[in-house]
Amino acid sequence: MSVIIFADQAHGKIKKVSFEAVQYGAKVAQQLGVTATALVLGAADNAELEALGNYGATKVLHVADARLNEVETTVFTKIIAAAVEQEAAQVVVFPHNFDGKAVAPRVAARLKAGFVSGAISLPDTANGFVVKKSVFSGKAFANVNITSARKVIGVMPNTFALEPTDAKASVTAFSPAISDADFKVKVSSVETVSGEVPLTEAEIVVSGGRGLKGPENWGLVEELAHSLGAATACSRPVADTGWRPHHEHVGQTGLTVRPNLYIAIGISGAIQHLAGVNGSKVIVVINKDPEAPFFKAADYGIVGDAFEVVPKLTAAIKQRK
Amino acid sequence: MKILVCISKTPDTTAKIAFTDNNTKFNEAGVQFIINPYDEWYALVRALELKETLGATVHLITVGGADTEPVIRKALALGGDEAYRINTDSQDSFYIASQIAEHARKQGYDLIFTGKETIDYNGAAIGGMVAELLELPYVSIAAKFDLNGTEATIRREIEGGEEVVKVTLPVVVSCQKGMAEQRIPGMRGIMAARTKPLAVVEPVAADTLTTVSSFELPPAKAGVKMISADNVEELVKLLHDEAKVI
Repeated sequence: MSVIIFADQAHGKIKKVSFEAVQYGAKVAQQLGVTATALVLGAADNAELEALGNYGATKVLHVADARLNEVETTVFTKIIAAAVEQEAAQVVVFPHNFDGKAVAPRVAARLKAGFVSGAISLPDTANGFVVKKSVFSGKAFANVNITSARKVIGVMPNTFALEPTDAKASVTAFSPAISDADFKVKVSSVETVSGEVPLTEAEIVVSGGRGLKGPENWGLVEELAHSLGAATACSRPVADTGWRPHHEHVGQTGLTVRPNLYIAIGISGAIQHLAGVNGSKVIVVINKDPEAPFFKAADYGIVGDAFEVVPKLTAAIKQRK
Repeated sequence: MKILVCISKTPDTTAKIAFTDNNTKFNEAGVQFIINPYDEWYALVRALELKETLGATVHLITVGGADTEPVIRKALALGGDEAYRINTDSQDSFYIASQIAEHARKQGYDLIFTGKETIDYNGAAIGGMVAELLELPYVSIAAKFDLNGTEATIRREIEGGEEVVKVTLPVVVSCQKGMAEQRIPGMRGIMAARTKPLAVVEPVAADTLTTVSSFELPPAKAGVKMISADNVEELVKLLHDEAKVI
């Protein structure tokens, strides 16, 4: 018996959201009195795989097949289902990131397993198997009881603080039969912004809105972000007018982020924007309009001109370091 | 070409979120309902564009009670050809996906579009489940979809970037911003929608694997602490000492 955790990788590195999922899965395994087994698909270093033990996995199944470096949902589902059979897994845990969202529902349907995505609590097994999830775009939570024997859970990123240990996992090769014909969706190109903190994994996010007036002023946001080791993001109008790429847009129609600290500069805080950031632990709002609705959702606020306040803030942070 | 677009009814994005019946039901009082924005602006409108440029029949499906009919009529007014409503109030994603898959199996579609998630349950589950039940390829969170014969070229988001994939139809695609631009139904569309076919179909037997036992609202924020623009050092100090986030 076991809990299987799908540990997503990119370029051979296990993603931070996967560490969170592994740690979550290990705690579920502890609750159920079974073992936690991580499953990694695609090329990855042995050291990376063993390090999943730091987050509670006792065993890692590794399918070292370069065809699996990018996600193909049909193939991944087949492999994960085979691992579930082999390990007699009752629970399968995914990070609720892009790859997890692509694969988890397929696996759930294959296994006839009840599926909860965006989980923000460990299961409460006192009365069934109840997992709390974020609903209404972060404006509420639902307690969902999974009634099927097998269960699939997608863990909300940046929700559970990592508590690494020195433990190492034992790595076992796993080689289910897969043929080229199984790959129905073929990746023809991948474009990633290299060298930056991925927005959805960032612990600090600095975000700019229309109050910055134009793309020539974006340096203000970048310098503040740089001083904090933060990722940068933007509001919808900024993405729509093409100052910044769409993959930096947070809000209802963009990305959802849950950093420890979200700093909003020149963003009024429309309800659609809040839907993308209301899971942030601490929100700082800098806006020259004291009536900006964002102040109501903020923890700290400064009413002032971004062009004066932000450089001073950047300098103050640099000084502290 | 036959396209199926999955439509869900959701509260308006600005609706007040509250619950009744001991926090087990969403409080619908005074709430305006809309087509889930991802289903409408991106999935449906892209399907309509494909219909206009390449020729296609666009079917709509929703799984829900009679109260979903106004939003289906709106989807018909935007240009859908015919609609199917599977008559059940079930909220379990596997049960709902099973109903859609059963309908799609009978009809045989070249393309099935869903939104990337609904803005109420945020499940992001239906597309992947339908694909699995029909044994079709699945491309999630697509921002661009082009078709050349039976080969689709799809741009999808990944962490910190994008990838372009190719797949031969039939395929299930979940759609997000970038696929198409929002449209507003015209008077002619609204008139035509009244007489377009909307079939009410009873659900097939399927398992329900989850139930919502209760809802809760997040704890209220303590209130914003305002800091003078002349004293940004104070903010840095608070973020470090009080909030402990830097």
